[in-house]
Amino acid sequence: MICKQREARVHLTQIDQGKIKKVDLCEQCAKEKGVDDPTGYALADLLLNLGKPIEATRSTSTVSSCKSCGLTATDFKKSGRLGCPDCYATFKDILAGLLESMHRGTRHTGKRPGAGHPPVVASDQLTLLQQQLAEAIAVENYEEAARIRDRIKALKSADGRVLSA
Amino acid sequence: MKLHEFLPPVSQAVGCVGPNDWVVLSTRVRLARNLRSNLFPDRAKKNDRIRVCSIIRKEVEALPQMAGGFAESMESLSAVEKQTLVERHLISREHAMRGAGSALVLSKDTSLSVMINEEDHLRMQSLKPGMQLQEAWVAIDEVDTALSKTLDFAFSDEFGYLTACPTNVGTGIRVSAMLHLPGLVLAEQINRVIQAANELGLAVRGLYGEGTEALGNLFQVSNQRTLGQTEVEIIERVGKVVNNIIENEKNARGLLLQNNPKMVYNHIGRAYGILANAHSISSKETMNLLSLFRLGFDLGFFPGVQRSFIDELFMVTQPAHLQARFAGKLSAEERDIRRADMLREAFRNVERPSMPSDPTSSLDKT
Repeated sequence: MICKQREARVHLTQIDQGKIKKVDLCEQCAKEKGVDDPTGYALADLLLNLGKPIEATRSTSTVSSCKSCGLTATDFKKSGRLGCPDCYATFKDILAGLLESMHRGTRHTGKRPGAGHPPVVASDQLTLLQQQLAEAIAVENYEEAARIRDRIKALKSADGRVLSA
Repeated sequence: MKLHEFLPPVSQAVGCVGPNDWVVLSTRVRLARNLRSNLFPDRAKKNDRIRVCSIIRKEVEALPQMAGGFAESMESLSAVEKQTLVERHLISREHAMRGAGSALVLSKDTSLSVMINEEDHLRMQSLKPGMQLQEAWVAIDEVDTALSKTLDFAFSDEFGYLTACPTNVGTGIRVSAMLHLPGLVLAEQINRVIQAANELGLAVRGLYGEGTEALGNLFQVSNQRTLGQTEVEIIERVGKVVNNIIENEKNARGLLLQNNPKMVYNHIGRAYGILANAHSISSKETMNLLSLFRLGFDLGFFPGVQRSFIDELFMVTQPAHLQARFAGKLSAEERDIRRADMLREAFRNVERPSMPSDPTSSLDKT
């Protein structure tokens, strides 16, 4: 407990280097620390250094606010929430490091609206792409070949992460 | 229609059985979606929220899956109704705090629930009893595909589905299972399991999700990462870990009975004694004792009891369900008395636990 006065109602558990750390907060302390919001665990994780904290120096140098919704980098750092879909483009630099620490990759590989699901087996996709690459090189379409090569690279790295888990 | 007229009775809601329901109470798959060119709910002005809400609500209500369902704006629901929905795991605690410009749509059997303007424009979930991750995924995937034909979702090739919080971006998926793990808790192995799950990128939380305590030895296991893996990969990953935890729970119970049966018997016997005889009992104590009672049932100590009877008690002794049953506002003290009255009544026909003389013989029951 932080204040050691009121009953703790918010309980955060973190595993850090094989040790369990528990933080018990009363509602008031939780509010002050910004962890009273039940779905704000990302924020709680940041508070407990589960994710890498957003680097302040990096954020302010590039963009100050989102053109579509007016959210500033400071707002984002405070709340952990973005203001609108366009924020992803606006705060791309800040997000890059953050997404890397939070997720398994930084590129979406799942379902797409209208297009449905990607092929289930990644290796099938890989075979297909390698075939396409050979074809592109055969017809000397190097621009296309480079694009396919990048996709193969992305696929391989995504696959590697899955396997190593 | 009023919510209490719509919601299936607790006995029906929890009475349905599923694979491995002795450990897995329920499985859930949730997808987060937002509309392109619209501010996220927390950034949007009230008028915009109301506009977006009505656009989405119209499309969700029109889904064939929602025929005969329930739709209501959050401002029209009372505090007790909202809390009842939280206790049934049909809305999040965060959504319960919302008012004008937010809404809820439930399918007739309440297995599908769509929250409009929670943290994201759309939070849709499929909830199934027992271990049914695949089934839950198929059901919500269909809803998402149908809605994507009429609603323009915010999506980027690089980041996938765009969400208010970057922790949900990409697939926008949250796959979770509610697990009852008294064996691992009694054997003091639960921390090891939580740690292992954490290392695999899964979160382990209490009964009502983020930031809640693990009451009644109930734990919610869910994925934390949503980007860089496909939905199926994430589901398989959670599935693997959950199946592993089920095995661990089974082993923990076996070892406890082998090495320390009297400790297990003592816990279960005392739980029965208090549940059947108390005259005032808090919701927290009730949960913890019902958990031991459920363990006793799994071990075959209460042959006359059905599992649905126990799971129903878990639900009806929660504060809002209790409040709804006894119309009028009850103080916490009154609630504890009514809860105990209800439990004594329910336990009137439950025979005392019969523990076998050979402790390991009860293992076959699980």
